[in-house]
Amino acid sequence: MKKPLKFRLPKGQCWTIGVPYFWLLMFFALPFAIVLKISFSTPIISIPPYEPLFQYAEESLQIMLNLGNYLLILDDSLYYNAYLSSLKMATISTIGCLLIGYPMAYAIARAPKRNQTMLILLVMLPSWTSFLIRVYAWMGILSNNGVINNLLMWTGIISEPLQILNTNTAVYIGIIYSYLPFMILPLYANLSQLDGSLLEAAADLGSRSLNTFWKVTLPLSKGGVIAGSMLVFIPVVGEFVIPELLGGPDSLMIGKILWQEFFNNRDWPVASALAIVMLGLLIIPITLFHRYQAKEMEKTA
Amino acid sequence: MKKLNFSTVMLWAGMFFLYAPMFILVIYSFNESKLVTVWAGFSTKWYGELFRDQQILDAVWTSLQVAFYASTMAVILGTMAAFVMTRFARGWGKLTLSNMITAPLVMPEVITGLSLLLLFVHMADFFGWPAERGMLTVWIAHSTFCAAYVAVVVSSRLREIDRSVEEAAQDLGATPFKTFFAITVPMISPALVAGWLLSFSLSLDDLVIASFASGPGATTLPMVVFSSVRMGVSPKINALATLIILIVSLIAFISWYFARRADIKQRSSSA
Repeated sequence: MKKPLKFRLPKGQCWTIGVPYFWLLMFFALPFAIVLKISFSTPIISIPPYEPLFQYAEESLQIMLNLGNYLLILDDSLYYNAYLSSLKMATISTIGCLLIGYPMAYAIARAPKRNQTMLILLVMLPSWTSFLIRVYAWMGILSNNGVINNLLMWTGIISEPLQILNTNTAVYIGIIYSYLPFMILPLYANLSQLDGSLLEAAADLGSRSLNTFWKVTLPLSKGGVIAGSMLVFIPVVGEFVIPELLGGPDSLMIGKILWQEFFNNRDWPVASALAIVMLGLLIIPITLFHRYQAKEMEKTA
Repeated sequence: MKKLNFSTVMLWAGMFFLYAPMFILVIYSFNESKLVTVWAGFSTKWYGELFRDQQILDAVWTSLQVAFYASTMAVILGTMAAFVMTRFARGWGKLTLSNMITAPLVMPEVITGLSLLLLFVHMADFFGWPAERGMLTVWIAHSTFCAAYVAVVVSSRLREIDRSVEEAAQDLGATPFKTFFAITVPMISPALVAGWLLSFSLSLDDLVIASFASGPGATTLPMVVFSSVRMGVSPKINALATLIILIVSLIAFISWYFARRADIKQRSSSA
């Protein structure tokens, strides 16, 4: 009776591993290989708009690697500046999210147990409603005759409307607003596991609350800070929607440039090269995030 | 010691920051005026306009279909991957799988979208399929990135459950397949439902990946909203936004209510 069971187990295992494996290789790994390939090809005007890399003629396989796209990125200050301003935007927004999100996560983790789920739900709820619509809401608030300008003019603080929409300030507001829940969630997960007795011990030994925070709470929540920061930083570097809707012509972010190269200029090879360079810049934060995640999984396993 | 400390103040200020824009949006959706920011009296006429807009209605239907199929596929793929991540022996295969499945969580959307589009173009070149990008390609794209979220939700639940019940079932002669459906699935069902709902809302919300992966035949709701918002603010979109906020809050409230009831029941039975 035991034998068929033993035989079936490896077969079932095969399927359980095989199906998601095949799917991810097909729709996740292979696409990146293709992007890499196209980033080395020459743009032409046809469909598809690039030249093939491999040519087999007269019994010889010719591989043409065109480095022009990468040289163009290095050469043209437009791309260079866009990468720099994306990294700057991402850094400042991450710090902003951290400054607002950390105290919020801390307050939720210290709240009575029965309220915690409710509070976390309240934080997450906005991110379930459409991302696009929340960015859109800010368009109405920040515009020249929007709520903020109306309020400021009505109270007499200013006499002329402030130009907020279509500036980098608007992009920062939009990014911090949209990504705040992604910062709070890992921080809360980390802080709620914090052993309260350590804080008590610190207090018993005469530590003031601010001192305890710097010396005990913050170091212990390092994992949550890293996870939350990476969860904000990485997607913001490639952000397209927020700078497109809230930013002005001077808010050049690499996601926006990539989109324009691809859809407006139909220069697929340059768009691919832009994506590859972006991925290269993000290797370190992505590795950091994965390492944290693997550690978390080990802990709960 | 119950005093107002810094973090509590920040919590409520942060909550205000998160909710104020949405309240303003809801209020202005009842504005009579065509100019979004000038208040001209209460009216529901933009809701009427919204329901007469065939383009928006079609896009809603497309989005709902894609979201339904994508979240179903994502739950299947994500659960399988979560099973591999938590139950199988450590190894090279498991490591690459768990790296691949969680990668879309952080990958910038423009990169994911671009690479999928290029894949579909190549596939069409090699085997003539998919001949045209449309709902099917958006479905594939959404299933892939939603599976990442499902895998995370389900694997954390799989780690929590008591494995002795599964082992007992197998000792009593149930096949692994049967054990999975009769024992494991009911035990992880809250995570499966949560993963499905999360995928559904992620798929409904996605603009960037859908724009890359879809063709002329399939325009999703975010794509319609985006192209009309680019032209400027419109009261019709305010009405649409209000409806979306209303529906999502309702679903969230219902799921919170059921989760709480289940929690109370569990607590009283274990006490």
